[in-house]
Amino acid sequence: MTAANHKLRNFKDALMQIVALLCAIIVVTPLVLIFYHLIKLGFSSINWAFFTQLPGPVGEPGGGMGNAIVGTFILLGQAAVIGVPVGVLGGVFLAEYGSPKSSGWIRFAADILNGVPSIVWGLVVYGLVVVPMHGFSALAGGVVLGLMMVPLVMRTTEEVLHLVPAGYREAALALGVSKWKTVLQIVVRTALKGIATGVLLAIARVAGETAPLLFTALGNNIWARSLTQPIAALPLQIFNYAMSPYDEWHRQAWAAALVLLLLVLFINIGVRFLTRDRWKAKI
Amino acid sequence: MTSAIINRETMEQTPITTALAVRNLSVFFGANEVLKKVSLDIVPRAVTAIIGPSGCGKSTFLRALNRMHELNPEARMTGEIRLFGDDIYARAVEPVIVRRRVGMVFQKSNPFPTMTISENVTVGLRLNGVRDKRLLAERTEQSLRMAALWDEVKDRLNTAAISLSGGQQQRLCIARALAVQPEVLLMDEPASALDQLATSKIEDLILDLKKKYTIVIVTHNMQQAARASDFTAFFYLGELVEFGTTTKIFTSPSQKRTEDYVTGRFG
Repeated sequence: MTAANHKLRNFKDALMQIVALLCAIIVVTPLVLIFYHLIKLGFSSINWAFFTQLPGPVGEPGGGMGNAIVGTFILLGQAAVIGVPVGVLGGVFLAEYGSPKSSGWIRFAADILNGVPSIVWGLVVYGLVVVPMHGFSALAGGVVLGLMMVPLVMRTTEEVLHLVPAGYREAALALGVSKWKTVLQIVVRTALKGIATGVLLAIARVAGETAPLLFTALGNNIWARSLTQPIAALPLQIFNYAMSPYDEWHRQAWAAALVLLLLVLFINIGVRFLTRDRWKAKI
Repeated sequence: MTSAIINRETMEQTPITTALAVRNLSVFFGANEVLKKVSLDIVPRAVTAIIGPSGCGKSTFLRALNRMHELNPEARMTGEIRLFGDDIYARAVEPVIVRRRVGMVFQKSNPFPTMTISENVTVGLRLNGVRDKRLLAERTEQSLRMAALWDEVKDRLNTAAISLSGGQQQRLCIARALAVQPEVLLMDEPASALDQLATSKIEDLILDLKKKYTIVIVTHNMQQAARASDFTAFFYLGELVEFGTTTKIFTSPSQKRTEDYVTGRFG
């Protein structure tokens, strides 16, 4: 081990550390920039009217995005109704029932679905729901977001179920408890926080989807009245306003983007809260 | 401990009723034969210890007694096991029913972390459809008393089970198994993860429980087998080498391999 060798090794070590640090900074920078711009350009347009009023006519100041905010929550609610049961039970199948072979194939399919571009999802649901119903609808929007949630929820559910120690399953089965009750009452219950985390992350993930909603929910400028009618949503409103030539609408689009980002941020904070003592409770 | 043992001389001479009659039991995991043609009779209301070096098939034997080995999808068995005369592998018999009659306690205590102490005790009943609150409360106290845990937890039945110490958790698991009123209790190294004091409490408990229950215990601890059991079966490489009263196995075994193992010369 010569001195030169030693120096070279130290140099490589330092270089590696600097490269890693730079990459970490590159990860964080966009988030800081996004927040900076949204707050700078959008914060001034956020007021009570923004949350409670309908969009105003072109050229007039004021108006809000109350209908889009309500619409987003309605769409996410529908998506959860579809995506949570199917995703959770699908994950239960993967972790508890499937043979290595069948689970392998389903897992593979779910991973591919996770990678399907969202605009393709939009087109598929356009064909499946919008065309047969002869019109754009809130329902179609809920279906597309729900379908997109399924593979996400499924994979996270499977992963947290695998974390439940086998001893709990054995203990329940050894008491003469049937398999499905063991799975639901013992295994799923033990992993409930982890499953809820996966669900919240999936909701956060689809909350900002725009492309699939263009083909399904369409968006409008009135309060939601029926699931069979088009419905407004924050991402759609951002898209429409950002594309418009009006400064007032641009400001509102920035504000809507800020609200959407805060929504996702709050969901993530909820996730941190849920996972806080997950490991402590496990052992 | 001798007082705890029923008159062995008469027992060996006269045919006795059998809790579990095992005949030519072989268990395979895939192509691997883990147990080879084991036959033995488990005596009711007595403690039978299963000893042998790691990998000798003793845990598999225990699990075959309540069909827990079937959790491994590769598992296959031949032979016959009768529980008080009933063939537990008969076509019409569900493993769920067998396991209600033959309870099990595991090496690592595993109370359910989402449940309180009393919920853990009654979980087997509740998940099998028992709703009667009075019965559940009755059974909670009864089971915890039998598991010698009642006095330590009676004031905090509604606290989380995982707040208990390791030894208490294991006794809670025993109470949980007793609450469904099984006829036989299987124990897979129930004290191997516990300290001396907790271990001796479990051993006292075993001696107490055999007044009512038939107990089969797998153990690595020779002193424990000698102290707590009436009968001992020595397994080696999947075969039952020797089975007899614990006194005989530990003082005058008929097989050289048994003697070598119980005296600590190998294993």
